[in-house]
Amino acid sequence: MSMSKVLRIENLRVAVEGKEILRGVDLTIKQGEVHALMGPNGSGKSTLSYALMGHPNYEVTGGSVTIDGEDLLAMEPDERAKAGVFLAFQYPTAIPGVTVANFLRHAVTNVRNPDRKEGQDLIPMRDFRKEMRQEMDDLGMDQEFARRYLNEGFSGGEKKRAEILQLAMLRPAFAILDETDSGLDIDAVRIVSEGVNRVAGKHSTGILVITHYERILTYIKPQFVHILFGGQIVEEGGPELVQQLEREGYDWIRAKYPDAARREEELEAADPRAQGVGA
Amino acid sequence: MATDLNQQVAGIKEEYKYGFRDSDANYAFKSGKGLSKAVVEQISEMKNEPAWMREFRLKGLDTFLKKPTPAWGGDLSELNYDDIRYFMKATDRQGRSWDDVPAEIKNTFDKLGIPEAERKFLAGVGAQYESEVVYHSLREDLAQKGVIFVDTDTAVREHPDLVREYIGSIIPIADNKFAALNSAVWSGGSFVYIPAGVKVDIPLQAYFRINAENMGQFERTLIIVEEGAQVHYVEGCTAPMYSSESLHSAVVEIVVKKGGRCRYTTIQNWANNIYNLVTKRAVAHEDALMEWVDGNLGSKLTMKYPAVYMVGKGARGEILSIAFAGAGQHQDAGGKVVHAAPYTSSRIISKSISKNGGRASYRGLLKVADGAKGSKSNVVCDALILDPISRSDTYPYIEIDEDDVKIGHEASVSKIGEEQLFYLMSRGLSEAEASTLIVSGFIEPLVKELPMEYAVEMNKLIQLQMEGSVG
Repeated sequence: MSMSKVLRIENLRVAVEGKEILRGVDLTIKQGEVHALMGPNGSGKSTLSYALMGHPNYEVTGGSVTIDGEDLLAMEPDERAKAGVFLAFQYPTAIPGVTVANFLRHAVTNVRNPDRKEGQDLIPMRDFRKEMRQEMDDLGMDQEFARRYLNEGFSGGEKKRAEILQLAMLRPAFAILDETDSGLDIDAVRIVSEGVNRVAGKHSTGILVITHYERILTYIKPQFVHILFGGQIVEEGGPELVQQLEREGYDWIRAKYPDAARREEELEAADPRAQGVGA
Repeated sequence: MATDLNQQVAGIKEEYKYGFRDSDANYAFKSGKGLSKAVVEQISEMKNEPAWMREFRLKGLDTFLKKPTPAWGGDLSELNYDDIRYFMKATDRQGRSWDDVPAEIKNTFDKLGIPEAERKFLAGVGAQYESEVVYHSLREDLAQKGVIFVDTDTAVREHPDLVREYIGSIIPIADNKFAALNSAVWSGGSFVYIPAGVKVDIPLQAYFRINAENMGQFERTLIIVEEGAQVHYVEGCTAPMYSSESLHSAVVEIVVKKGGRCRYTTIQNWANNIYNLVTKRAVAHEDALMEWVDGNLGSKLTMKYPAVYMVGKGARGEILSIAFAGAGQHQDAGGKVVHAAPYTSSRIISKSISKNGGRASYRGLLKVADGAKGSKSNVVCDALILDPISRSDTYPYIEIDEDDVKIGHEASVSKIGEEQLFYLMSRGLSEAEASTLIVSGFIEPLVKELPMEYAVEMNKLIQLQMEGSVG
């Protein structure tokens, strides 16, 4: 990546089932930067990640998202992937009968050759295998893993590792890590984080770490920290914000932004994705 | 090995269209349309058959005419028996070696993509062009062990006692209207005899193809597996597409004797105008194992329920069935297991996919006779519906006359998941590619049971169906 890309989110408003969750979010990420987006349950963190990736249930009601000036919101999810956006899912979906290797070969082929027509050659098996083996070794994954059906019967840790394996293979310009630390023990958080750092270092990936807790941020060190609350970014700063949250929790945010706090309570009640997260 | 296979399948990109036909095929004989005693007698005469086979046919005709068309299953109301040609012979004689096979027919094989290199790995290639097998070979060492693999017409001439003993013994003429029809006008099909204790280590393969408008194909296959013997018989089927109605009605009878094993694998991809009404049944004796692996694509209507009758203690039956119903298609498929002896066990796994208004029905029978104590059966049927206009139904019939049994039955119907599509698309797969991958994953547990080249073909066919380029 010789050219540095910019992902620009401006005044983004997103509704789910007619209910507005994001109420004007502004965030700009350059390649090579690490941003953390923090906030309590129900603040709209996952909504932002799904909206950026183009989930059909997340309706953009205002604002814009561009990647190097190109309108990301006009693209289908696969086009967004090809444009260089990657989402590491909080809850990756199982695809029974489809092996990790087979899936990943399709994905890598498409993302690396964005102009490929359907039915055209996949990337050569030999090269693909070699590369995947290396990445799996780096992530401390057993080679047998490639033969398993995607996310089917995976433990929480295996799912997250599989997401990072995909990140490593797809080498996006921007990666959104949605609660990648949730459900992981401390060793797993470390391994996964090291994986992210290695990939980001190699490919100058712009990273947006979405998290409820500060734990993962001791491994993936953000330069910029944003606090999402009640559907808006209410506080921005550097790593010192993480420390403040660690000391004081989110109560000072709630006290400082009472209107947003009310909305946040409503959202938490309404958003099924927020239920039980981080428990 | 499933991964390797998938990866190879994923790498396949070549054109695969079976919608071609040989415009200049030199048909040596065509019967007129419609069915009568004269037509049946003519078929028998053309084939120089012994009197007993002629009688068998006439009895078949008689029964066919008496029996009503089934009112259950699929819609057969548009099937016009008078508009079907019941017999056709592509060449006057059978090729003795590959060199004798007419170039035109070789050309067809080339289009079907049976690679030269693969042939030597096959125990024999019995290819049915129109109604008769035109090329046949069997590996020499197998022939020396007494293995017989010929087309059934040849078997009537060369092994009349075996044919006479077994034909109609598993599926009687009067079993159903279409079995009766087949008995009257059958032509071609495979005859396989595996002597006691002989284990055939590579699949025996036959390839069928319908290549004439209004041509019925009524092959008759008979497989006899003697005590302790083993065989895997594989049959593939592709057909070009035509606009008028056509009928395929085969009968497959299998006997697996004590301790024997037989697996019968078939993938059928009929043209979308074909009624595919097939009767397949196997009898498994003591400690024998019978496995049906059955893939149904294409056709206008398929009604096919491979059956295993477990008549000896400890016999086992297994039926794996895949059906894909696209636009204008009804796949009424499933399986039947009959436990008629103690400690028998069976398993039916059925996977169906419906798309573009297609309809897939699972129809199954599980029967446990009084006295079949300690028997076990497990039935799993999963349906995947790809869009709101398509349909899936399940008709499981269960008759249990014995208390000491263990029965499991699970059925699931799922729609292709929005979350699955989104997940795959977020990794750069187009919606169509993502759907295809989800579907191939859905049937993967069955596809991995297929021999390599059939698994590859199955996946190619599924890909084509998903792209909508077939019919």
